[in-house]
Formats: sequence, structure tokens, C-alpha cells
Amino acid sequence: MIQEKRITLKNLGKINPESIDDYINEGGYKAFEKAVGLHHIEIIDEMVKSSLRGRGGAGFSAGLKEKFTSEACLRCEQKYLICNADEGEPGTFKDRIIMENDPHLMLEGMLIAAYAIGASKAYVYIRGEYYKSIDRINKAISAAKEKGIIGKNVFGSAFSVDVEIKLGAGSYLCGEELTLLESLEGKRGYPRIKPPFPAEKGLNGKPTLINNVETLATIPAIIYNGPEWYTSLGTEDSPGTKIFTISGDINNPGYFEVEMGVTLRQLIYELGGGIKDGKKFYAAILGGAAGTFVNESVLDTPMGFDTLKEKGAVLGSGAIMVMSEGRSLFDITNSILEFFKHESCGKCVPCRIGMPQLLHIMENLKNNKIGRVEALDLLLYESEFMAKSSLCPLGQSPILPIKSLKQYFENEF
Amino acid sequence: MNEKLKETFSSFEGKEEELIPLLQKVQENLGFLSDESMEEISRFIRIPASMVYGVATFYTQFRFTPKGERHIMLCRGTACHVKGATRIQEEVENQIGIKVGETSEDLKYSLENVACIGACSLAPCAMVNDTVEANLTPKKVEKIFSISKDKK
Repeated sequence: MIQEKRITLKNLGKINPESIDDYINEGGYKAFEKAVGLHHIEIIDEMVKSSLRGRGGAGFSAGLKEKFTSEACLRCEQKYLICNADEGEPGTFKDRIIMENDPHLMLEGMLIAAYAIGASKAYVYIRGEYYKSIDRINKAISAAKEKGIIGKNVFGSAFSVDVEIKLGAGSYLCGEELTLLESLEGKRGYPRIKPPFPAEKGLNGKPTLINNVETLATIPAIIYNGPEWYTSLGTEDSPGTKIFTISGDINNPGYFEVEMGVTLRQLIYELGGGIKDGKKFYAAILGGAAGTFVNESVLDTPMGFDTLKEKGAVLGSGAIMVMSEGRSLFDITNSILEFFKHESCGKCVPCRIGMPQLLHIMENLKNNKIGRVEALDLLLYESEFMAKSSLCPLGQSPILPIKSLKQYFENEF
Repeated sequence: MNEKLKETFSSFEGKEEELIPLLQKVQENLGFLSDESMEEISRFIRIPASMVYGVATFYTQFRFTPKGERHIMLCRGTACHVKGATRIQEEVENQIGIKVGETSEDLKYSLENVACIGACSLAPCAMVNDTVEANLTPKKVEKIFSISKDKK
């Protein structure tokens, strides 16, 4: 039976999340202390070597992102680090678990990343509805300031840093990094055209590194134990561990941190306790609303960014929503499309017009004006347009569930 | 100017990037964003009121009508949907006698839908003020809001 391997959740249940002393007693802030004793380029090298891939969903190399931001300009007066804690992908709650149970770990990761790129100011952009996480992060920041871990000349080094928390105001789109920047600047959450990427021109036009909570919470262990230790975990294309959040028709819904390469079958039947009411597995959505449907043929595929891609699926944020036999895929797809329509910001035409079009096709199918096969082809045609021409990931997302429906459930939709 | 508003402004400098935190603070202290608040904010930050409205109406967090004593946010995320959130919404509306987006006349309840609140392992769920109500069933909804029925 598969066991959990906890890195980002290592202190969960073991320490009082509101006590910085508890965290320090478990070896906390040792990695940060080690980091400020090294040259910042050494940190970036270690991060690149670790091959850590961004845990927000896109899976881009965290080390390279640090490198680009660090090299964006040599004599910038200001660079920023932003922790993206605007977790809003349906089915995902990994960041909340980290923030509620070990806020200092995330903070330590932020401080190391800020040092690596030379940022003197860091922000936590967090969902406004995450009351408990907000409270915990606020307390953690104050405690770290009191100990001099955040502030001027930390651990006797030349590095000074300040951390501030900013609350999101209820927009799924603001979890997208460029839109997040607009929101931080006090504007409507409209996506920006890229390039320029945040590494060049981010917050207030300055080089900015934006990382997901889980990504940042992984950094201390990598710096402390070295990149070889990290790459010995997981798979070749996706090293390390990942938190999977499992919901739906399952006996033990919840979160599990395991090495990459775990299979869906192990997650559902060994850790998740199997399908509810002894029913048969029917489908799962991997990666949230901006994710993909899969059927039982994917149950034994090792989970990783590239292995799932080969199967036409995505790992995304690590969300897994399980459906047992008897569930209506039409109904769930409709709910996902309604969600996208609600969150579409209206800035660019393909998404603004495309979303109602997709729902219109669903409506016609519901009223038997068109057949299933025809409806699915129309949805695919429309969402392909959107994927090619929309500005931001939201308009590019509906194709994910739709294409996977075509691939795995063409006859059952 | 309203005293509470004045007090809220005192911890801000009036910079444009402070707009969203300021709107959040005003809503926290005054319950909702009134026309008066919006105009004062526009004067304080020195941008047109249309821009203040533009930002405030974009984000779902901001409300322009008062909130009820018990503010209910029903999660409509995919996991909750799979587990029957629609049925829960009907039951809540039934119990408290208002529809989504409304506030009861006695200001006891307000009801709204929210996107996934990240409690998917507890689906279907809702937030009542700051508390997450988990694994909702029509029966449980009845129990949570049963007091309201007598008063209705």
C-alpha cells in the first residue's frame, strides 16, 4: 500500500501553527539562515537543479522563473516577490491546508525566494474568503518580524525584506498571475497581454516573481537537503511530492501528499478508501474546472505533468473529483461552463461571446434540438476558437474538459 | 462625512493602489458600500467615482446593499455541484424565505452564491458568516435555520 511522503505538510498536526517557536524547534528557518549565507546565484542554481515545477498548475520550472527574474536587471531599485495564495480552482484546497497548518513554512519559502531574486518587498495575495488562513499568515508575519526574521539585515546578512498581506476580492481570474498584478495595483481584474512577462515588467512595472503557495513551501526543504535529495523523489519529468485534493464520490475525501508517479488507482482505492457506497468508478476530473475528464483507462497512469499530457489529461493543481457510475457528465460539464461564464471578465471578445455560445449549445442539446455527437463537435469547434484567440488562460480553458470528453466519453456524454 | 468612514480612511494614504484594500475596509466597517461611501472614496483617492464603481462592481466580494445578520454564502464549486448543491440552495431559500442575491427585510439574513470555497472534501458546503457548514443535507439545512421559521 502506498504511503504519504510529506514535505510541505511535514509539520501538519505536529506543531501549533500559531507558534513560531514550535516551528523553529522543528528546524524551521534553518534553510533561510543557510540561504542568506550563500550567494544568491547559488540558491538559483540549486533550484534549477532540483527541477521543481510550479505547483499552481502550469508546471513551469520554478528555478528558471527565479533565474529570469533575478537577471531581468542588475541595478533595479525594486523587485517584488508575490506569493499567489488566491486558490480558486474548483476542487483544489491544498494551499489552504498549508497556510492553516504551517504558515511559517510558506513564509520561509517566500523569504528564500525573495533573497534569491533580490526582492526587498514581498506580498501574499490571498483569497478574501480564506478567513482562517488570513489570520494564521498575519500572525506568522508579525511573529517573524518580532524575531527579526523579517526585517533589516536578517541573520546578520546584508539582506532586508518586508512582507505584506493583500486580500483578493472575489475573482477566479485574479489567480492568473498577470491579472493578479492588475488587482494588486488597485484595478479591475483584467488580464494583461504577455509578453512582457512579470519577470521583466511585473508589479508597478518592476521585475516580479510570482509563485504558488505549494511551490514556495517546497523551497526550504530543497535548500536545506539539496537538489539531489529532491530529484530522488517522484518521477524524472516531475520530481518531488505533490498534494492531491480528492473530493466527490469517495469514502475518505481529503488531501494526500505523495511522491509524483502515484497512480489514480492508488489515490482513489488505497488513500481515498475507494468509491462511496461500493459503486463502480465512472470518471474523474483532474486539475479542477480548467481540467480534464478521464475514464478508467487512466487509472494506472503515473501522475506527472508530462505523463498525463500524453494521455490528453492535465495534472493542474492536483485536484481530483471522483464520480461513480450514474453521474451525469452533461450536468457536470454544464456546471463547469456556467462557472467559466460567470468568471469571464469580458475584456476580450472570444471569451465574452464564446462562453454564452458554449452554454447555448448545451441548452440546445438539453432540449433535444441537436444530437449528442453534433453537440460535442460544436463545443469542440467553438472552444478551439476560444483557446486560439483568448487573451488569458480562462478563455483557453473550456477546451480542456470538452476535448477530454470527446476523447474518453464520446458515447456517454 | 460619516464618522466611521473618516476613521476608516485614517489608516490609508489615498494612493490609487490602495483602492481595493480601502473598499474592503469600508465594507468591513460599514457593512456595505453606500453611494455616499463610494463618492467619499473617489474624493479621497482622487479618481472619478465611475472608476471606483468600475473596480467595485467587478469583484464579487463587494456589495451595495446591507448584509444580513447571518450572511450565507452557498458554495457552487464543481465538487459541491456534484454532491447536490442545487438541492441545498432550494432548501435554504425555502427555509429563510429569500432568494440568492437578496437580503431579508428584517436584515436577519442575506444569501449569495460563491465560487469554490476550497472545502471540497466537505461538499456540499456553505459559509454562514465565518463558519463553514459542511456535508449539508436538506435535513441539516432545516436544523441550521430552523429558528428562522418561527420568526418568519
